[in-house]
Amino acid sequence: MSCELTQRFVSGYLDGELDLVRTIEVEAHLKSCEFCARELENQQALREALRRSSLGYAAPASLRNKIQASLDAATAARVPEKVSAWHGLQMWRWAAAFAVLVVCSVAAWQLLPGLPALSSNQRLAAEVFSSHVRSLEANHLMDVVSTDQHTVKPWFDGKLDFSPPVEDLASDGFPLIGGRLDYLGGREVAALVYQRRKHFINVFVWPDASGSSAASVMESRQGYNLVRWSRGGFHFWAASDVSAADLAEFVRLLETRISPGTT
Amino acid sequence: MPETPKRERFEQTVLPHLDAAYNLARWLTRNDQDAQDVTQEACLRAFRFFDGYQGGNMRAWFLTIVRNTCYTWLHQNRAPGGSDEVFDEEIHSTDESGGASPEIQALAGADRETLRRALEELPEVFREVLVLRELEGMSYKEIADVSSVSLGTVMSRLARARTRLRQALGASLGKES
Repeated sequence: MSCELTQRFVSGYLDGELDLVRTIEVEAHLKSCEFCARELENQQALREALRRSSLGYAAPASLRNKIQASLDAATAARVPEKVSAWHGLQMWRWAAAFAVLVVCSVAAWQLLPGLPALSSNQRLAAEVFSSHVRSLEANHLMDVVSTDQHTVKPWFDGKLDFSPPVEDLASDGFPLIGGRLDYLGGREVAALVYQRRKHFINVFVWPDASGSSAASVMESRQGYNLVRWSRGGFHFWAASDVSAADLAEFVRLLETRISPGTT
Repeated sequence: MPETPKRERFEQTVLPHLDAAYNLARWLTRNDQDAQDVTQEACLRAFRFFDGYQGGNMRAWFLTIVRNTCYTWLHQNRAPGGSDEVFDEEIHSTDESGGASPEIQALAGADRETLRRALEELPEVFREVLVLRELEGMSYKEIADVSSVSLGTVMSRLARARTRLRQALGASLGKES
């Protein structure tokens, strides 16, 4: 082996990374060439100097803490994603609003119990809650903007496999302001939007196969009130930041309008 | 919030390599705060890609993400025409002989700060390969994986990096004596 080749391979020889044939060739040359042998010694001296100096930097404790915190956030952020995947929802609808939701509700999600233990109502409540928050923050409150129930109701025709009951409660201080399609529990649902002064109420409606009635149940979640009930062959969920009393009144009015005979 | 299995696996398999990750980022960015930002970002990316991890060398997998995050960061944050933007290995392949190398004694006497500065001033590709080899003790194969180059490139880059470092040390040690 020539000096030129040896100079090229001596570094790999030092690292023990040459194949057997090259190793033998380099060793043979080093025995007979003082210049190249000196080069190897110099490289060894450099390596020893580098190792002796322990130039590596250890990760600071502050970095470890920051990483744990950002992993907490990332782990928490995965929860709604899992809920939607769980139900086979269309991910793209979630994506846009997701970042906003993460920022404002990381703390909220950390309080969620483990998903496998969630009852279907708890899962739905989580979805209703996030859907409500998302509708407000992603600037996607309504697909059809109208205070006229006779405009809103036909709008859903052909978009859903059912015709949701649409009632305007303007005379009672809860004007209907529009509607949109939404996804809950793995299916398309109608979302009706009502207004109470500066606040919005989302009412999610989809058919109830059992046809049974269920009295309204209210819960609160991170400052929002959620109400669920079943009546007249439909499931209803309402979500809003209006007071619990206002929301209860709203639900009572809506129930009266939709099934006048039963209340 | 219950610990997800993914988070636990991540902490057990990836985070043990956090020192290596920060070390690489620290040497490539040459700045503690930037290195912390890059490492944190790389950790999040690794966590996101963790489902796609196919097994194999975890440290190399993680450092690949750290390295790529570093270069993305350097690309975005460095003014074009910076001192070591690009180093064309082909053009510079013949101008490095061992002639200017300091003697073994000089190398043996080189203090930590002199070495640190000499390494820090090398072009990125050389700094990277030396950090992975001499500081992290990675094999050529691992370095090839992390840096997305061939084994032959790792070998020639490392040889050139060592020569360049010795030349830099020779210059600075010569000045001092």
